[in-house]
Amino acid sequence: MKTSRREFLRTLGRLTRWSAGIFPFAGLLSSCKTLDTVSTIGAQVGAATGVLTESQAQSIQKSGKAVARSFEDITPEQEYYIGRTVGARILKKYSAYPNKSATAYVNQIGQSLARVSDLPETFAGYHFMIQDSDEINALASPGGLVFVTRGMLRCCRSEDAVAAVLAHEIGHVQRRHGLQAIKKSRITSALTTLGIEGTKTLGGQELSELTETFEKSISDITQTLINNGYSRKFEHQADKDAVIITKRLGYDPNGLVDMLKEMENRLKPGRIDFVKTHPLPERRIADISPVLGAPAMIPEARQRRFQKAFAGV
Amino acid sequence: MNLRRRMRVPLVITVCLMIAGISLAAAMQSVQIKSGVLRATPSFLGKVVAKVVYGDRVEALGNKNGWSKVRPPAGVKNSGWIHDSALTYKKILLTAGQSDVAQGATGKEIALAGKGFNEQVEREFKAQNPQLDFKMIDQLEKIIVSDDQMQRFLEAGRVRPQGGAQQ
Repeated sequence: MKTSRREFLRTLGRLTRWSAGIFPFAGLLSSCKTLDTVSTIGAQVGAATGVLTESQAQSIQKSGKAVARSFEDITPEQEYYIGRTVGARILKKYSAYPNKSATAYVNQIGQSLARVSDLPETFAGYHFMIQDSDEINALASPGGLVFVTRGMLRCCRSEDAVAAVLAHEIGHVQRRHGLQAIKKSRITSALTTLGIEGTKTLGGQELSELTETFEKSISDITQTLINNGYSRKFEHQADKDAVIITKRLGYDPNGLVDMLKEMENRLKPGRIDFVKTHPLPERRIADISPVLGAPAMIPEARQRRFQKAFAGV
Repeated sequence: MNLRRRMRVPLVITVCLMIAGISLAAAMQSVQIKSGVLRATPSFLGKVVAKVVYGDRVEALGNKNGWSKVRPPAGVKNSGWIHDSALTYKKILLTAGQSDVAQGATGKEIALAGKGFNEQVEREFKAQNPQLDFKMIDQLEKIIVSDDQMQRFLEAGRVRPQGGAQQ
């Protein structure tokens, strides 16, 4: 017994000494060597040719290391600016539905749901807009701007169903699915330019390069949101999030199934906008059914206010 | 016995250093949202006891269910709870000097506010895309449901959050 304890302590001591030696190198191993080299050479050339000041060149060398990371490095503040512009692009396709009371109602549901999500705090919060379109669609912009068409809301026969639609979109926001649509090369090029302090020292050339990268990043996202759709995996994750978030707030997650069934009835052949970007309703129902639980009774007061709020929708 | 003691010394020192390192790193965090509130309880409808803004440094005092109890920055009176998604371990520099840039560019310990895709880039983008309607986006961002409105809305609809207003 004594021997084995001594042996254990000896091994532990050895491990401790090893670990003290290994830890400092762990960080180095994770950085991307190729990118470091490229940015180092580029910055050295820039400094030598006088295009960049020495300190700016150092910044770029440093930022080359930052490039080795990914969309996760986009700060909430940057995500906010990306989200605003994606939102403006969405508004080009679907204009706003000017119904104040319905919009207020949707925001009361949506902002309450966002508070119990896994990402309740974004840079400037969650905001929900109804779009004046018969198409069945709902889109979430990075950072928490959510757009839902009248066509989609007509698939909802209860507040719980509306909650499910909004919670699904919150799921996309909290998992930062939109940002993942940005091509990695753009994040690389953005971060390289960004190594120079803010935009205060950015000349016209750098600003226009950065704006070009910005524009392309926005296009990556809108292309995915509007034309290609997310992967089936992302959609399934957002459906599962919808179940969790609605349950947490106190809604019946079966509202999602109810909405999907109604959507199936309303999807006419030839109306492909939603179908081409989402898995078929029946597949989605089959995927989430195991985690739903028994349907609950919807209180009368809730149903009454739902009917009142959506009377014109 | 002597041998065992000698083995223990490096172990104890290493563990102490690791704990000290972790607690130092864990102590200070920054507010990474435009503006936020500290609440009396770790709950989304907890009473608001203080306000914080982007870049504020706060000291973590405890953590529960994804919420941190924090000591606010100098000048703000009350400690309170804020959701972890509002915080980052990075130091956010609102106005960076040249010496901060080299550090900031690595992005690991320091984030530069206004770095990268920012207001100036948006302005430049707007100028190139005048057909896009940012005014409507500005209006959308102004739709904010207050705590009181939210509480009344949930109660009137018999929407009962799990564990009361706790998350």
